[in-house]
Amino acid sequence: MAAKAAAKKGTAPKGNAEDYLRMYRQMVRIRAFEDNANQLYLSAKMPGLTHMYSGQEAVAVGICEALTDDDKITSTHRGHGHCVAKGADFKAMFCELLGKEEGYCRGKGGSMHIADQSHGNLGANAIVGGSMGIATGAALSAQLRGTDEVTVCFFGDGATAQGLWYEVMNMAALWKLPVIYACENNGYSEYTKTEEIAAGSLTARAEAFGIEAHKVDGQDVLAVNELTQKLVARARKGEGPFFIELDTYRYHGHHVGDINREYYRAKDEESEWKSTRDPILNFGKWLTEQGVVSEDDLVAINDEIRADAEAAVAYAEAARYPDASEVDMHVYVDSPELDAALSKQSA
Amino acid sequence: MREITLSKAVNEAIAEEMRRDPTVFLIGEDVAEAGTPFKVLAGLVEEFGTKRVIDTPISEPGFTGMAVGAALTGSRPIVDLMFGDFIFLIMDQLCNQAAKACYMSGGKLNVPLVLRTNLGATRRSAAQHSQSLHALVAHIPGLKVAMPSSAYEAKGLMKTAIRDNNPVVIFEDKLMYQDKAPVPEEEYLIPFGKANIKREGTDITLIGTSSMVQVAEKAAALLEKDGISAEVIDPRTIVPLDEETILASVRKTSRAIVIDEGHQSYGVTGEIASRISEKAFYHLDAPVLRMGAMDVPVPFSPALEDLTVPTPEAVAERARQSVRGELFDAA
Ligand SMILES: Cc1ncc(C[n+]2csc(CCOP(=O)(O)OP(=O)(O)O)c2C)c(N)n1
Ligand SMILES: [Mg+2]
Repeated sequence: MAAKAAAKKGTAPKGNAEDYLRMYRQMVRIRAFEDNANQLYLSAKMPGLTHMYSGQEAVAVGICEALTDDDKITSTHRGHGHCVAKGADFKAMFCELLGKEEGYCRGKGGSMHIADQSHGNLGANAIVGGSMGIATGAALSAQLRGTDEVTVCFFGDGATAQGLWYEVMNMAALWKLPVIYACENNGYSEYTKTEEIAAGSLTARAEAFGIEAHKVDGQDVLAVNELTQKLVARARKGEGPFFIELDTYRYHGHHVGDINREYYRAKDEESEWKSTRDPILNFGKWLTEQGVVSEDDLVAINDEIRADAEAAVAYAEAARYPDASEVDMHVYVDSPELDAALSKQSA
Repeated sequence: MREITLSKAVNEAIAEEMRRDPTVFLIGEDVAEAGTPFKVLAGLVEEFGTKRVIDTPISEPGFTGMAVGAALTGSRPIVDLMFGDFIFLIMDQLCNQAAKACYMSGGKLNVPLVLRTNLGATRRSAAQHSQSLHALVAHIPGLKVAMPSSAYEAKGLMKTAIRDNNPVVIFEDKLMYQDKAPVPEEEYLIPFGKANIKREGTDITLIGTSSMVQVAEKAAALLEKDGISAEVIDPRTIVPLDEETILASVRKTSRAIVIDEGHQSYGVTGEIASRISEKAFYHLDAPVLRMGAMDVPVPFSPALEDLTVPTPEAVAERARQSVRGELFDAA
């Protein structure tokens, strides 16, 4: 929790081995989760399909490590990374992916709709850009409620084409809302390169509303974390909103079934990113060079997390499906205070 | 006759019309090189080029609005909306703009636009990628709504839609893209507002749309084993609706079930059922039944999702109750 506490005070966690290790572990957790999810898909054990976050771990972890559990995030169709980084548990996540009763959404949401409100994750979203209003509204609510909560809105480069973003940026800027728009530019929107679908510069779009915009290497977890800590601290003081464009890369296809993708993305490009810009490898290397940990320690961390993930998968596979009677539960929620008022009125 | 997939049928229809009429163009997300995520449009950009097969950013209201503008000024756009669920994003452009231009202008303007999109649950795609939302647009005067039930219909209805001078929304069942059906090599059009009697029968009429035509046919086969003769009708377009064929059938059978994958409440099943009740009341021997999708967002879990859509078994069971005069819940 040190980094999170530090984040509140606005001081960088430099030299804090514990923070570094937690960030490393969180990135490995995301990778391990995704490798297992991919395996579930390939072995036809997972219903539907899913979008892998692998390659983008430093974005989710660098940002979420600068937040507290009271701070909110909104996530996307490529949301497992955000979910893990915000503190979610493997078992409930895998149960959700398999449509089981113990999943975060009791199997009703699946991969694209995991929400974990205990950690401030307002949910993934299967509508591209669909959470931009929600995130900005959460920031408005934080302001109205007089808290210093900050909301981070994660979205992809493709989502910048949604008009909703421009409407809410305008209001966020007018009302100085504590929201940070975090655009994960992974170079592709489905099967199309970003430069073919985005005119001009993304940072300039935010700047047009008077929103302070930053560009950062999304493969460098420390750079992401350091920037986010500063912006979060300022957003808490009413200096928001902010925009961050994070340069990153997705390792897999658009979704797990997107295997033959050479027509839109060269294999060389993929191996180049994986071999030279991997966020986990590079951070691990830095940690050993700095003497924070030994290579053996890193191997042990990896093994432990992988075992954890596999155990969670086994647990989820054996877990129960929701009972048929749940199908029409949760369409609405009860309103006990209203009911009480109504019965008082008729009494 | 040769058999082709529904996907290929749509592709052929669009290609033929684009060859015939240079004002037809396609616009949508990943329609060009990728040929859409379902690969339905594969090969079209190679033949027609990127000026007529236009990849867009993820800006549904933007490109739909542009298509309306293009349609008002001499082009015949086909808008590709990747999932039917995204229709909520484009409602203003479709329902306030495209649907009303002709009427509001006293007939001076018209919008020859096709919106092709899809419907259908049980693909484990969860609540925002599984909806069947055709009732929403069928509610809006000015839009026509086609619902192909096989490759044959998909091709003929698409060609007709492209030549219609009004905005037409076509909902393809995304689970049927790989299903094959006989499709003639020769050109054909399927007129709008002309239902297809898929199977003749005398005891009960099953009216099904899109994917539910197959469900109705399977139910009819089950009923046959019980000695119940079901007539199956596919309206093919719900706007315009071929009331005459439906009413004639019900006058003959005296019973009807309407099956559709949209939510049951305030939906297509209710509309067709009430037209039957209004116009064939004195021919009925049982209440007209609606069978739609459950009134819940589509759940992800396979254990729940399969419960939400009508099945052949459920339709057959309701039909038996209707024929035996056992519809106590409706009595
Ligand atoms: C409104 C809407 N339009 C289209 C889609 C289909 N779709 C899902 S993901 C995606 C690409 C998103 O690209 P980006 O925002 O860059 O995120 P990435 O997949 O790269 O993480 C598209 C077009 C959708 N889900 N929602
Ligand atoms: Mg992207």
